[in-house]
Amino acid sequence: MEIDPFIFRFSIFILAIFVGYYVVWSVTPSLHTPLMSVTNAISSVIIVGAIIAALASSSDSIFDTSSIFGFLAIILAAINIFGGFLVTQRMLQMYKKKKKDKK
Amino acid sequence: MISPNLSAIFYLVSGILFILALRGLSSPETSRQGNFFGIIGMVIAITVTFLTVGNFSNAIIYVFIFLIIGGAIGAFIAFKIPMTAMPELVAGFHSLVGLAAVFVAISAFLNPEAFNLGFPGDIKLASLIEMSIGAAVGAITFSGSIIAFLKLRGIMSGSPITFKGQHILNLIIGLSIIALIYLLCSTQTSSLFWGMIAVSFLIGVLLIIPIGGADMPVVISMLNSYSGWAAAGIGFTLENSALIITGALVGSSGAILSYIMCKGMNRSFFSVILGGFGGEATSTDKEKKDKKPVKSGNAEDAAFLLKNASSVIIVPGYGMAVAQAQHALREMVDTLKKNDIKVSYAVHPVAGRMPGHMNVLLAEANVPYDEVFELDDINNDFANTDVAFVIGANDVTNPVAKTDPQSPIFGMPVLDVEKCKSVLFVKRSLSPGYAGVDNELFYRENTLMLFADAKKMTEDIVKNI
Repeated sequence: MEIDPFIFRFSIFILAIFVGYYVVWSVTPSLHTPLMSVTNAISSVIIVGAIIAALASSSDSIFDTSSIFGFLAIILAAINIFGGFLVTQRMLQMYKKKKKDKK
Repeated sequence: MISPNLSAIFYLVSGILFILALRGLSSPETSRQGNFFGIIGMVIAITVTFLTVGNFSNAIIYVFIFLIIGGAIGAFIAFKIPMTAMPELVAGFHSLVGLAAVFVAISAFLNPEAFNLGFPGDIKLASLIEMSIGAAVGAITFSGSIIAFLKLRGIMSGSPITFKGQHILNLIIGLSIIALIYLLCSTQTSSLFWGMIAVSFLIGVLLIIPIGGADMPVVISMLNSYSGWAAAGIGFTLENSALIITGALVGSSGAILSYIMCKGMNRSFFSVILGGFGGEATSTDKEKKDKKPVKSGNAEDAAFLLKNASSVIIVPGYGMAVAQAQHALREMVDTLKKNDIKVSYAVHPVAGRMPGHMNVLLAEANVPYDEVFELDDINNDFANTDVAFVIGANDVTNPVAKTDPQSPIFGMPVLDVEKCKSVLFVKRSLSPGYAGVDNELFYRENTLMLFADAKKMTEDIVKNI
């Protein structure tokens, strides 16, 4: 009997949880806030679903009910992607090491 | 345009880049590179999606327009937001991920052909379950995060809202979501799908309203985790490995952060979720409160003590964030350093309103991160330190957590500030902290209370040194 492709996806999912577990434990506590903002940004990769939904509209009308939800999701996810990565960048830029000569 | 197999490999690559993005955060030096990997991963995922769909009708123009609108809003927020508002920003962002997940699930439900999931009214069973779970978790994330946002922003009171039968109501609603998903799968009736989403929005609100302000670090981490699981649910629906990997990463990341925060407060995750902690209700033993003598001083006394110390440890807390005192604090530390006084910072895991909140604020004020220490790394140093300068922290310094088994915060790891020769405590009043527990430290011999706004007091001390 053939293995359901779902099982493969499920395996990826479980393995990724383990990867996440070990990677996140090694994150230094002082960077926990950037961790939250960057996880926010990457979870917005959900935008791939939104793009598929938006582009799937039938040729005669670009905006049907299904694609409108896709377009709305694109806006939301885009806010998150740009906002999340940029605010993370802004925060990380502030973490500096001790300098010899103080201002 | 490109084959599904090739695009699947690209999605895997972007998933790996996201793992590297998190890996980079293990140290501040590698973190910026990590963030860059994350951005590349996102660009790959989006580009591949366009190429895979390959249907470049007029719709694509609108996709770009909406992408740019969203991106502009996001960039504007990212540049404008003050660092002190980071907890509410993160809560707000979580709500957007949640809502986006709901919207994607809705479009998949309305137009399953686009996603190869079957036909309206005849969606593949597994896909229907996956999208329902994605939509339900997304909806809970959305409404829960909105409540967290309102509480953090101060629009809604931070004190817990509880009523009789709350937990039973939540349980019934939770079970009804499962029942609705079951019925939806057996009948494919669209009204059940809408009903399930509506009920999920409702439970999101009900779950977060009983949780008090001091537990917000746990709530934010928990919602972070939810947003990941929602993304993973949608990832299964779309059969997209980038989304599945990311969802799992974010989900476990949020779960670990919640665990760390709970441990920092010595509370079980379950008791935080049930809520009701940290209202006015717990401040019971009033009788002893007003009798004990409290030594209070002014900026001059504090400056004198600090000037004559050889080592100082700063203990920042949420009050510093509220008063925006981090820059003034840094100025004070600079002055102290000029007088050859050794200064370090001690950050408790749950100081502030989200994980790592204090570290970001100190970094903003140009405090080098190698002067900032975690609880375990610095706690032994208090005994050899002359002055502890507590600014805006309260419960995390309370010695009662070590001595009084009756106290609600007993067992919580605390900073041993009382072991210093003297303690300066900047606070507006003697009121108890969020846990509603009186801080024994206020009445100690070696404690000097400085009753003032944290920023103003710090500035005054600088003038007096």
